[in-house]
Amino acid sequence: MSDKTTPSNNSFLNDAGNRALIFQIVLLAMVVFAGYYLFSNLQSNLDNRGISTGFSFFNEPAGFPILIHLIEYTEANTYGRAFFVALINTFVISLLGIVLATIIGVIMGLARLSKNWLVARLATVYIETLRNIPLLLQMFFWYFAVLAALPAPRDSYEFADFLLNKRGIYSPNPIAQDGFGLVIFGFILSIVASIGLVIWAKKRQTKTGLWFPAYWSSLGVIVGVTLLFLAVSGFPIEFDLPQKSRFNVTGGMVLPPEFVAVLVALSTYTGAFIAEIVRAGILSVNWGQTEAARSLGLRDNLTQRLIVLPQALRVIIPPLTSQYLNLAKNSSLGAAIAYPELVAVVMGTTLNQTGQAIETIGLCMLVYGSLSLSISVFMNWYNSKMSLIER
Amino acid sequence: MKSNVCKLLSTAAIAATISTGAAAATLDDVKSKGFIQCGVSNGVPGFSNADDKGNWSGIDVDACRAVASAIFGDGQKVKFTPLSAKERFTALQSGEIDILARNTTWTYTRDSSLGLDFTAVNFYDGQGFMVRKDLGVTSALDLDGATVCTEQGTTTELNMADFFRKNKLSYVPVVVQKADEALSAYDQGRCDVYTTDKSGLAAHRTKLADPAAHVILPETISKEPLGPVVRHGDNQWKDIVTWSMFVQVNAEEMDISSKNVAKVKSETNDPGIKRLLGVEGDMGSQLGLPADWAYNIIANVGNYGEVFERNVGPSTPVDLPRGLNALWTEAGGIMYAPPVR
Repeated sequence: MSDKTTPSNNSFLNDAGNRALIFQIVLLAMVVFAGYYLFSNLQSNLDNRGISTGFSFFNEPAGFPILIHLIEYTEANTYGRAFFVALINTFVISLLGIVLATIIGVIMGLARLSKNWLVARLATVYIETLRNIPLLLQMFFWYFAVLAALPAPRDSYEFADFLLNKRGIYSPNPIAQDGFGLVIFGFILSIVASIGLVIWAKKRQTKTGLWFPAYWSSLGVIVGVTLLFLAVSGFPIEFDLPQKSRFNVTGGMVLPPEFVAVLVALSTYTGAFIAEIVRAGILSVNWGQTEAARSLGLRDNLTQRLIVLPQALRVIIPPLTSQYLNLAKNSSLGAAIAYPELVAVVMGTTLNQTGQAIETIGLCMLVYGSLSLSISVFMNWYNSKMSLIER
Repeated sequence: MKSNVCKLLSTAAIAATISTGAAAATLDDVKSKGFIQCGVSNGVPGFSNADDKGNWSGIDVDACRAVASAIFGDGQKVKFTPLSAKERFTALQSGEIDILARNTTWTYTRDSSLGLDFTAVNFYDGQGFMVRKDLGVTSALDLDGATVCTEQGTTTELNMADFFRKNKLSYVPVVVQKADEALSAYDQGRCDVYTTDKSGLAAHRTKLADPAAHVILPETISKEPLGPVVRHGDNQWKDIVTWSMFVQVNAEEMDISSKNVAKVKSETNDPGIKRLLGVEGDMGSQLGLPADWAYNIIANVGNYGEVFERNVGPSTPVDLPRGLNALWTEAGGIMYAPPVR
């Protein structure tokens, strides 16, 4: 019998570590080869069929109009610029959707836990209905229901200088005049001041236990200071008012029904899922925590805010992240009802005008991939910040 | 989302196809599977439209049936794949379909950079505008400031932009992914104007809640020669599809129709007609087809005039005049085909 600590056969291949390494290398080589094979095959097939490739089309004029553009854009701009217009539209709808869905979700989640029978039942009906109807159907519903309910432009509803009709919500468009820089300066100044105020209030509370309503007062500071600067500089704003013309309303700012329909559909749909996550999170906090807080003399809303919610958040954040990811990806359904987001503009119109299927689809995959990863990274950071710190 | 998945899959399919060369004989494939896979629209009355029993009809459908008649002697050996405007070229490129007959405009970019070949024109069209009668608009030049609905991924989008830019008119575009939703947005009043090819306007008007309340403006703002498309590189297949169309035009010119073709075949003394119908010579073998290929097209599908009357003529709801699509021998017509000889 040989000694157990010395291997009987110490050849290179019999070492577990070496073997693992070899398997890893073989696997990697296979993956790289498969990727290379697919890519070169694609190249030769594209060449054989005379399909042109490359991203040079990005510098050519697009020639098509886009309904909603937050940066300057006309038909004479390039496909590249059209891509950025679409990208911004996707970002805007995703971010607004996430914010609204969170608000709706928290309210509905709390409502479902309410002791008020009617409120709890209504929240249940909302959650169960919206979670169980396909999102695309809901988008069509909101779009066509909104269109059917509203009047034609010439019979617009009017409130003050606002107009509402089938073409959207029109509001006065503020245009900055000379001296508006001063107002912006005042606004920034007030934000800096209120940040200082919040930090001071926190420090004082840690030191003395005295509480100061920092958030409300900073809101007051921001509004007050900005108004003050507005008054001092003589209100350097003029309004471009919407006016009815032959076909449409001209002038002013417009919120088109496509935007509203996509936003409402995305946020109410995802809001229903978030409501359930919030409810689960709150129920996961042991009842003893609430009883302990009460016995310390905390009021109900302080119990919720300081004891229950921070503990519930640890349960809520991971599933919440996947809802945010879903929402960002679901925004691509907006293409079906004319919201000009990434899929509509790049994988739709651009693909069709240029025929560059692989490039445009690859680009869209890249964008959605990075959008989702950024949301994930942010939420993971937030999660680690909120998670239990063991001392 | 489904269409995107389809496109992704077909892109992957291009990537994964073993590179046996693009010139794989479509005719052999079609013969061995026993039918033609034909890409059509999701429903444009008169061009390609399925009834409640799933039977397809229309000018584009007949283009595929003509090819099936030429190959199999049976116009029913066709399977249809409904495609949206943005899916259509990828479906053809990836080999999912053999012929794309989906009111597709022949343009330079499509012919030169997509790996596709246009075969023949089966309908000369042009883009127009439809508006509500009560707006009192009589010319497209009155449309300054209007909101315009259209389907995504067609030449329509670019023509519209060019037209408004050229005439220095402002407008608001509402571009919807599918024609049906674009049309219902227009019907609901989201837009003042609906724009597509004039034949499409006539076809879509029949689907509106009150067709009589809408009018098609007189201007034609573009040239839209529509026709079947095949993959680039298979010359034999392209020739078959091209000449299946030409046979129908030649037949109308020679006054041969589905009703009299049998009689003409047995009685004619005209060597041209004898060649066409396969009585003399063997024209079909040059394309890998049976000798009576042209006879079968005419007997099953009819001549071009019959196809037009049956699908979009004045007796149908689409109700289009022959116009440019009349034979070149008629006033105002440009439908012309090279001779079969």
